[in-house]
Amino acid sequence: MSNADTVYELQNVSKTYRNEGKEFTALRDVSFSIREGEIFGIIGMSGAGKSTLVRTLNRLTEVSSGTVRYFGRDLAELRPRELRKVRRSIAMIFQGFNLLQQRTVIKNVEQPLRIAGVSRKERKEIARKMLEVVGLSEKEKEYPARLSGGQRQRVAIARALAASPKVLLCDEATSALDPKITGEILELLQKINREQKLTIVIITHEMSVVERICDRVAIIDDGNLAEVGEVKEVFRAPKSKAAKKLVFPSNPFDPSRENSRLIRIVFDGLSAKEPFIADLVASTGRKVNILSANTKSVGGVGYGQMVLELPDNEIDRTVIIEYFKNKGLAVSEVER
Amino acid sequence: MSDYIIEAIKNGVFETLKMTGWSSLFAYAVGLPLGILLYATAKDRLLQNRAVNYAIGFVVNVMRSLPFLILLVLLIPFTRWVTGSSIGTTAAIVPLTVGAIPIVARMVEASLCEVQPGIIEAATSMGASPFHIITHFILPEAAPSLLQGAAINVATVLGYSAMAGVIGGGGLGAIALQYGYYRYQKDVLWTTVLLLVIMVMLIQAIGGLLAKLRRKS
Repeated sequence: MSNADTVYELQNVSKTYRNEGKEFTALRDVSFSIREGEIFGIIGMSGAGKSTLVRTLNRLTEVSSGTVRYFGRDLAELRPRELRKVRRSIAMIFQGFNLLQQRTVIKNVEQPLRIAGVSRKERKEIARKMLEVVGLSEKEKEYPARLSGGQRQRVAIARALAASPKVLLCDEATSALDPKITGEILELLQKINREQKLTIVIITHEMSVVERICDRVAIIDDGNLAEVGEVKEVFRAPKSKAAKKLVFPSNPFDPSRENSRLIRIVFDGLSAKEPFIADLVASTGRKVNILSANTKSVGGVGYGQMVLELPDNEIDRTVIIEYFKNKGLAVSEVER
Repeated sequence: MSDYIIEAIKNGVFETLKMTGWSSLFAYAVGLPLGILLYATAKDRLLQNRAVNYAIGFVVNVMRSLPFLILLVLLIPFTRWVTGSSIGTTAAIVPLTVGAIPIVARMVEASLCEVQPGIIEAATSMGASPFHIITHFILPEAAPSLLQGAAINVATVLGYSAMAGVIGGGGLGAIALQYGYYRYQKDVLWTTVLLLVIMVMLIQAIGGLLAKLRRKS
């Protein structure tokens, strides 16, 4: 079943919590796999079960049924000692950083090496190298309380990398950070992914995080796997309702008329330089109302989406939709 | 105050310190591991074990609910068996230790409970064993709080040591009782009280300072 380059293989993973006679199902029949070297996003609204899901990947949470295979080995079958050894190859960073407050930055970074029984001298050497990777060499003697949120997460990343893991799990690692710092942390993760061929799993509720650095994404909705695929593909043509909800802009202008039809157009690099809205008006004489536009240029090519309100006349609408389709744009109806 | 009383008070200060010091030390030698066990075996903790947790909790609660004076009397045979005598400063260390163990255990447990669950989760994800998690993560994180608790515990033991005077233990308590109470020497009574207050304040100040130096957040 598992290919050589498959890190994780999840089959029908379910998790039910029982508390004081009440049952709560956090995960239902989730199956997907994660490939070596990729940045894999797991996205969902809060309470969707994604935190539970990521904890099944290092068995911080036991699954109720189904299997989680890590390099072909069923995690549930590992004995405590084996499990601890396996966990050393699966690093994790958290939303709340979880650094030791009473220990210096360098001592924090040394922790996983201490657990692995590395000598004091070697520990320090490796920890220094890791702090260099995350750009915090001059802070090694500080205590975490004196660092900013972004710096603390960098320390946590240095700590995670210290024992040269095969996988890095990120549980809402940027959710407590502002957009600028989030960008910096994501850039760092991307750099590490490229340079060290480290497989990274990112849990988030923000589509922007996934769009920015993930190769593939799984969308979790109310404990179910709604969709899984290449980020580009999911972004261009989301199939499930949950994916649409995440992909569509959350705060468009209100449409000018009740019951008017809305469409979403997605452009992915092909048509960035073309003033296609102006061209639409010039060549067809039909107008649209832009409710939301979210575009960005990546390496000179444009990516993004727009939500447009169409005229009420059906012929006008058909003409407009055909026009966009001919231009090579993905067009989809937006439910109101 | 006559010279021999001043000499007796000097001696009493020394004896009180001796009783408090040794009793605190022994009480921590037993109470610290016990407190760690109470913490670690509780529900949803790393060594969850209902039977052990309940058993230790029960013993600790029973011991804590006994008034110290009663414990002092109840323990006389045990004290005699351990030290060969049931009166004197050395003998008083036995009931003081026994009386302080449950207090220390509960105090340690409370300090450990303050450690953020996220720290334990991070340690577990690193592949640390329960023993490692306790020694490398939980105890260092709880250190400032443990020190603060220790100051309170030592001060409590000091207070208890004064009671040991009732059954023939030495120290300032015995002097207060003999000269201050039985012989109505108010000046002796107030001097010993003042000295006890100063000693408690010193312990509290030292403990507080150590905790403050340790606390980095």
